[in-house]
Amino acid sequence: MTANIPGGMSRRTFALSLTGAVSALALSACSGGTSSAPSSSAGSASAGAASSSQDLTQGGATTITMWVDQNRQGPLEAVAKKFKEEKGITVDLVVKDNSSMRDDFITQAPTGEGPDVIVGAHDWIGALVQNGVIEPLEMGEKSGAFSEAAVQAVTYQGKTWGVPYSVENIALLRNTTLAQTAPKTFDELVAESKKVVDGGRAKYGFVVGLDPVQGDPYHLYPFQTSMGAPVFAQKADGSYDVSSLAMGGPEGEAFAAKLAEHGPEGTGMFNPNMTGDIAKEQFFKGQAAYFLTGPWNVEDAQKAGVEFAVDPIPAMGDQPAQPFVGVNAFFVSAESKNKLAANEFVINYLSTEQAQDALYQEGRRAPALKASFDKAAQDEVVKAFGEIGKEGVPMPAAPEMGAVFEFWGSAELRIIKGEAQPAEAWRKMVSDIEGKLGT
Amino acid sequence: MSTTSTAPDRTRATDDDAPAERRGASGRGPDGLAGTLVKIVLLGLVDAFAGFVMFQLAAAGDWVVFSVTMAVTLLINWIYLRRGGLPAKYLAPGVFFLVLFQVFVVLYSSYIAFTNYGDGHNSDKPAAIEAIQRSSSVRVPDSPAYPVTVVDRGGELHLLTVQDGQTLVGSSESPLEPVEAQVSGDRPVAADGYTSLTFGDLLSRQGEVAELDVPLTDDPAAGSLKTQDGSVAYAYAPALRYDEATDTFTDTQDGTVYRDNGEGQFAAEDGSTLQNGWRVFVGMENFTKAFTDPQLRDPLIRVTVWTFAFALLSVASTFVLGLLLAITFNKATMRGRRVYRVLMILPYAFPAFLSGLVWSGLLNPEFGFVNTTLFGGADIQWLTDPWLAKLSVLLVNLWLGFPYMFLVTTGALQSLPEDVDEAAKMDGASAWRIFRSIKLPLLLVSVAPLLISSFAFNFNNFNIIYMLTGGGPQFPDASGNIGATDILITVVYKTAFSGVGRDFGLASALSIVIFLIVATVSALSFSRTKALEEINS
Repeated sequence: MTANIPGGMSRRTFALSLTGAVSALALSACSGGTSSAPSSSAGSASAGAASSSQDLTQGGATTITMWVDQNRQGPLEAVAKKFKEEKGITVDLVVKDNSSMRDDFITQAPTGEGPDVIVGAHDWIGALVQNGVIEPLEMGEKSGAFSEAAVQAVTYQGKTWGVPYSVENIALLRNTTLAQTAPKTFDELVAESKKVVDGGRAKYGFVVGLDPVQGDPYHLYPFQTSMGAPVFAQKADGSYDVSSLAMGGPEGEAFAAKLAEHGPEGTGMFNPNMTGDIAKEQFFKGQAAYFLTGPWNVEDAQKAGVEFAVDPIPAMGDQPAQPFVGVNAFFVSAESKNKLAANEFVINYLSTEQAQDALYQEGRRAPALKASFDKAAQDEVVKAFGEIGKEGVPMPAAPEMGAVFEFWGSAELRIIKGEAQPAEAWRKMVSDIEGKLGT
Repeated sequence: MSTTSTAPDRTRATDDDAPAERRGASGRGPDGLAGTLVKIVLLGLVDAFAGFVMFQLAAAGDWVVFSVTMAVTLLINWIYLRRGGLPAKYLAPGVFFLVLFQVFVVLYSSYIAFTNYGDGHNSDKPAAIEAIQRSSSVRVPDSPAYPVTVVDRGGELHLLTVQDGQTLVGSSESPLEPVEAQVSGDRPVAADGYTSLTFGDLLSRQGEVAELDVPLTDDPAAGSLKTQDGSVAYAYAPALRYDEATDTFTDTQDGTVYRDNGEGQFAAEDGSTLQNGWRVFVGMENFTKAFTDPQLRDPLIRVTVWTFAFALLSVASTFVLGLLLAITFNKATMRGRRVYRVLMILPYAFPAFLSGLVWSGLLNPEFGFVNTTLFGGADIQWLTDPWLAKLSVLLVNLWLGFPYMFLVTTGALQSLPEDVDEAAKMDGASAWRIFRSIKLPLLLVSVAPLLISSFAFNFNNFNIIYMLTGGGPQFPDASGNIGATDILITVVYKTAFSGVGRDFGLASALSIVIFLIVATVSALSFSRTKALEEINS
């Protein structure tokens, strides 16, 4: 027994030295595992760089980190790979949950631990700018190559904050075996829906997903604009004037009356029990003729084997029905230590036709770049959504939207359910929002 | 004595008593060879991990955390390598995790509660000043894009550019001035006395490139050139100019001066503030706001009442049902009670947030299973009527929570002495009387602490509320997104992460209030439980 421990060495010294040896072993094992990856990637980087241009050999050492959500991981992986081949800069993609990405980014950016680039919706811009975490981007002449709506969406307080990637808006999906005509007005939609249900062809005429607590002002917005009650007044240049809430007044109250008229007590067009999932399921099963939704449900609808057409959203009032247009964009962190590389990727690479084409090929979301959109528009569905989006208005990016959303949906829901007198509830909602905005 | 002592040890002990005694006195605990080896391997792994972390920290230059990690690692090694100090050896891991996951979190929340951390006050003052400068520097109207090459002279970066056919060079220190340069296409590529930077060079000096700010002329109002990618520059002029000496921003158009208002923002005379603020200490402001601002206080009072009701009713209902079932299934004569017991525990096995989602689907008035099948298509607004929503939350929580109570009361019932039971029967006590006067008091001695912890848990039962009703239905008269089933912790969540401007300071202050409530209730209850024990013993 004692022979195992060298004579003069005390038990403690022995234990101490052995502990050190184990740590060293563990550390070297770990580092062995990790060091192999960078060295091989550096090797391929310099190889790729050498083939394109001598300048880039040193660029191989640069890595930028980018947060993406799961839906955009695939498309960006392909583009990042190409970028590395061309410029020798590695783009390290980190998959984050879309719902928490904005807040996580705002909290992490000031610590210097955040990513260099993120991809997200343009209506995050207000909060990102308010917290000083993103960098204004100067696209120069390149901005002319993007659709006007997309550029307008990423412009906030007179500056451009992101490079647009894809454009999304809702439209009316119509099951072509259940309904043959595209309704021009909401009244026509009501009549067509009634025919479908009365004829026993399907259980529902028109469906739209509503959250049981928060309603869904986003999906109902085109009807609201058609009544002449947009959320904020727009300035001459198309940007929103957040100091002037435009939802109130007789137009807004008329819309509120319509909501009640088409609630379950009335025509039943708006069903507060119909969650987004249920609406989707009914349409996919062929139990609903019309479905108000966005391109995110298109692929599933095609998989479910529903024959459908994409129709413009019928107006409820005498003005055009304008859906919100959401633009996905790339943002560069204000705290990035690799700004030049990040800008090179975002401004000079992701804005190219080649990159936007590749993003569309992998992700099937209507590209924000005009040239790429024209190619993607060979797909009838993409084209139809795009046409409807041209009528739309960008979702306001200002942080003030938080105050609007806090009351908007639940007030609409109460009116739809007939729990409150429409005009009164609408007036209270407007004054609540104004109270929060401090106007 | 040691449970891991090895064979040679035992033979030695019988061979020679004296050294064995000495060894026994010097080292208690698992000091056999196997024990020592396990200890060394584990400790080695911990040290390896700590070493790895410390390398990372050192590389990141985070010396405070580095020294704390180092101190903790040394402490752990000292605790486990020294002789004796057995209690410390047992307690060290627990204390370590307690400090890391509880004490640190509580202290950090307390710190945040006294700041205005939230939207618009996201970072420190230098970062806010930078952000203001960034968003207030606007591109000079109708200015062209300048093709540039970044060049170096004597270690200082310059921009080489061309305007109206004239090649120019300048740096952050010296405005643009004409220079002889070679031009390729529309781009100047090199000039005598300057070294042109390759793209690779640019990347390795990108911090310097980003800071490069070349004045167009001697007049600072004319604007300056900045490049974001090292190949194109644009002329920018600031709408607000920062003066370091006076710590003020001045509007270059109308001369309005913005001063630090002490509340983490730059404000003008008329009270208008600049968008980007920074984090400052605000003292008790968050607490006074929670208790005095009527917009916040009134709904908070209603929410607090409901939180207490929810927690108490949840504990009571789950305990009663759990106990009832435990007594029922405790009858040895019942057939198949093992199967029943397993079935009883099933709801406990589902993650609570998943159950919440499933139940919100089941309770949908039109499509849900409960209304369509159990109530024959009745239109019962389970989740959107204020009172029914409260009932639904309680019922679903009962469904989720009774298996736990069933488990603990079954255990407690089985440990009760049978003889007391028999003695009471001999005395002619009824079954109800035996339960009420003998079993229940005995049961409470062991179960009461669990009831208290169950209360604390339900007081902060975020999952069930958030997943089932989201706190709704919203109070029609509240000036915020607060609803009939909201409990304090969901209000904290909504304050911190949604609505108009997230407010981490206020949310932390509310969490501390919750902590104090739960701690007080628990402390009071525990002292009552002690009394319970004394009565029974």
